[in-house]
Order: sequence, then structure tokens, then C-alpha cells
Amino acid sequence: MPEGVRSKERTGELAYYQEKEELMSRDEMTALQSERLVKQVAHVYANVAPYRKKMQDAGLEPGDVKGIEDLHKLPFTTKDDLKEAYPYGYLALPLSQCVRIQSTSGTTGRRVVAFYTQHDIDLWDSCCARSIAAAGGTNEDVVHVSYGYGLFTGGPGLNGGSHLVGSLTLPMSSGNTERQLQFMTDLESTILCCTPSYAAFLGESAHDTGVIDKIKLKAGIFGAEAWSEEMRRDIEKSLGIKAYDIYGLTEISGPGVSFECSEQTGMHVCEDHFYPEIIDPATGAVLPEESKGELVFTCLTKQAFPLLRYRTRDITMLTRAQCSCGRTLVKMKRLMGRTDDMLIIRGVNVFPSQIETVLINSGYPANYQIILDRVNHTDTFEVQVEMTDEMFSDEVRVIEQKEKALLAALKSMLGISPKVKLAAPRSITRSEGKAVRVIDKRKI
Amino acid sequence: MILDQISVFVENKPGALSDVTAQLSEAGIDFKAFTVADTAEFGILRFIVDAPKKALTLLKLNGWVASLTPVVAVKMNDEPGSLARILKLLSDNSVQVEYMYAFVAQEEGRAYVVFRVADPAAAAALLEASGFATSASIVR
Repeated sequence: MPEGVRSKERTGELAYYQEKEELMSRDEMTALQSERLVKQVAHVYANVAPYRKKMQDAGLEPGDVKGIEDLHKLPFTTKDDLKEAYPYGYLALPLSQCVRIQSTSGTTGRRVVAFYTQHDIDLWDSCCARSIAAAGGTNEDVVHVSYGYGLFTGGPGLNGGSHLVGSLTLPMSSGNTERQLQFMTDLESTILCCTPSYAAFLGESAHDTGVIDKIKLKAGIFGAEAWSEEMRRDIEKSLGIKAYDIYGLTEISGPGVSFECSEQTGMHVCEDHFYPEIIDPATGAVLPEESKGELVFTCLTKQAFPLLRYRTRDITMLTRAQCSCGRTLVKMKRLMGRTDDMLIIRGVNVFPSQIETVLINSGYPANYQIILDRVNHTDTFEVQVEMTDEMFSDEVRVIEQKEKALLAALKSMLGISPKVKLAAPRSITRSEGKAVRVIDKRKI
Repeated sequence: MILDQISVFVENKPGALSDVTAQLSEAGIDFKAFTVADTAEFGILRFIVDAPKKALTLLKLNGWVASLTPVVAVKMNDEPGSLARILKLLSDNSVQVEYMYAFVAQEEGRAYVVFRVADPAAAAALLEASGFATSASIVR
């Protein structure tokens, strides 16, 4: 049985969930990573056909990887690779040894399903436990998880982490704000886990309904979408808490791949499990610390779905600057953008091409514009579509019916509802003959 | 009588109405009746002109989304009860009116009411059989 994290409030000591790994010296960490990588490459070469082929094509054998310094020799893995191999191509163990499936929020055509053994779940949970402990969580806390539960990794990840810490876990899932606030006040939640936009919304609702004074929250762990420092300060002020960033992706495990500590200057990567690299997205060359580039992860310990050099398409930088929390785990800075056209709207991954597909299937021209903004810390999402002779009617009712059908089709494809605005023909801005598809006014 | 109404899609933004009317007026097209159906997001201009086919061609050339819709125009006396009698007749015969609008005729003491119904020919026949004049010489 895990021991959990005991409150050290009286002694003023900092609490860690896994002190040994989190405070490990650089030499020890490199040795551990090397040992784990060598084992992992052998496992993957033996059990994952696409990796074996990629390595053979590159003239590599498992023995060529003798330590973490040889990682750069291995080929990358991309989302397209996973898509082609859907669903079992990158599975490294028989399904009989797997206990869980989670899936990305990306929808049709882009969906990735990830498999977990119990060992994989345990290590993922432990990473979330590190995050909760870094936010001050102990066995005396009530952890209020308002991430969605289900295929989305947010809810299950923080839920598991909270159990390991020994906190009392409230598996609220997302939505139903009234009930969220009622549980939060009645059961005295102390740590809130959700998307930053939902945290901002809960804060506003708590003020509007006058329950803000009954809220006992002290911290929040917010992730699954990019947010600004300004938004952090607003949420902290609104809810009277300290707000911590958390990062993760289903392909690598889920939330907790990296997490923020009390210093709030970036997220410590659980590099004993997930080895990070920053590469030049154009050439694939590994860049030195403090350089901005694409984040790449290698799973060192996962068994069922162990991706090597997975290109996240997230742009950030790594730093080993000493941290006041004492952790020696490398830090990644706040996300600085994407290398592809993927949008993250209210925590959901959206590709413009998905919107295009729906429009074409619904009989609209593929000429559209996506307008994103952030009002009161909540993303607004509008899709402007040009009216055509075919979609037009002299009756408002008929146009509105078609608009509703389009909205339903978009919601079903994307998982979130945009606002649809019908625009006059040829009114959507084009620059140099090419339409500007996305206007993102959000300040991140 | 059945007339061709012109319907045009416009966004709710300044200038849309004046653009449409200016383009048609410049071509010498005369408006007989005009109405706007508006929602929060967009509007549909509906109008009767003296040369609907010419107007439609012109609008499409200018990049508007527009269509011709057959509607029933009924002549009536400009006095209390005229409209009620027509609506009762339609209602008694289960003719559903999608929308309607009225305008005053040049002829002294007369008005026209325009109906959009699913089957304009049947509605016109019904009105004529009941003694309403649906023949109106408002379109050349």
C-alpha cells in the first residue's frame, strides 16, 4: 500500500510524493534513464513491428543504443504513424496484459487510442501524485476533480494521483456548475483540478452566487489548454488560491507528464519515466537547453504503449536552472505554440480540416473562417460560413433548420459546440488568394 | 395572381440594404413592395419589382445570394375587415401562411396583400373562387 503524503504544515517542510526520483542527482538520473532506455528499446524492437521496421530501415539494432546519449539515433514517431497503425499497431504487449484504454480528444481520423497495463496506470498515477504533492496536497486534502472522466485522461489521471497522495477524492467530472459549487462548499474541497477556463468560470459563478466566502480551496491544478500568466493571476485572485500548471498527453500517458511546483516558473518533467528532447521541427536536430523548439518524448518505463521519440508538436523550451522547490527534474516552460494547425479550444483538440469535412458533407462551401477569442477567461468559438444559392431559402425557418443541422454535425465531429455565423458570399477574407482560416484573438 | 418575389440574403451589417436597392434602382428597376425578415444574425430581403427576372440576374451578377419565389398577391379594399376575411378563408381551408406582407396600391382605396404559401396556384384558385381579385396589374 502506498504511504501517501503526510501533512508537514507544522514543520514547514516541503512534501514530495517520490522524493528519491524528484530530487535525484543528475548523474544518478542519467544512469537510470540510460538503463531504462536500453531495456525499452529491446522491448519495443522485439514487440512493435513498425519500430522494428523503422530501426532496420535506419540500419539500427537494439544494441546500438547503449545509453540515453544514443537516443538521437532512433527515428521519430508522429501522430500520423499512430493514425496509420490504428488501433493496435504500436501495442507492445498482448491485450490480455492490458487493463485500460484511453483516447485523445481529437476525433474521427485523428483519434489515438492508448493502452495501459496496471504498471502503466500506476506510474501515470504516481506522476499525478507528484503534481498534487507539489501543489501542497497531502492526506488532509479534499481533491475536487472537475476534469472529464471517461476516455479523456484528465479525470482518471488526477483521480489516481489523489488516491496515491491519500487525499479524499471528489470525482466530480465536468459540468453542472451548481453541483460543483455545492460539493465544493459542503465538503470543503481544498484542491481543484480542471481546465483553467473552467476554473475561471467556477470563480465567477462562486462570486455571482455569493458562495465565494464558503469556499476553502487553497490550490488548483489546471491543464489541458494553454493559459497566460495574466489568466493565472486572475484565477488566483478570484478563487483565493495558488494555481499550478500541469501538462500531459494521452499518447505519452496523460496529465502529469510534467507539473508545476511552488516556484511557478515552468513544469518539472517526470523524466525518469518520460525523457524530453527539444528538436528543430524542420530538421529534426536536437537543440540545446534553453532553446525553443518542438517537444519530443520517449517513454522509458511504459509497457503497453511505449512510444519512442514521439513528436508532440508543442513548442516550448527545457531548462535545468536550479529550482527553489528542490526538485532536480528538468523543467519545461509554458507552452509557446504548436508546429501544426491544431487548435485547443476549451481543452478540446480541434483541427480546421475537421470543420472543413463537416461543411463539405453538409453541402456548404469549404470556404470558412474560425474566430477564437477569450471572454471572461472562456474560449469563444465561432465558425463563419458563406451562404450559397443551394443553402438559401426565402424562409427564415428553413435557413435556421439547416444551420441547426450544421451545428449538430460540427458538435458531433468536434465534441464541442461552436457558434455558427452565416456570412454573405465571398465575404470571408482572403490573403494572396489563400483564405485565412483561423483568427485567434486569444491572448496566451 | 401569382407573382415572382425576389429574396436576398444579407448579413446584419450597415450598408447591406442600401447596396441591394441602389444596384437595382440604377438599372431602372422599380420597387413595388419591400419587406425584411431579420434574425439576430442575418436578414432576408423580400421584394416585388416590376421586372423580377432582370432583377435576379443583376443581383446574381453582383454576387448576392438571391432567389425567385412564387407568391400570391390579393387585391382588397383598404377598409377594416378585408384582411380578416382573407385570412379566415385560408385558415378554413387549411392553407398555412409562411409569411405575408401588405402594401397600398396606386389605385385609390385599394391595397394588396402578398402571401407565401406552399402551393400558390391552389391558394390563388381558392381565393378567386371565393370572389377575391388576385389579378393585379402591378407587374409589367
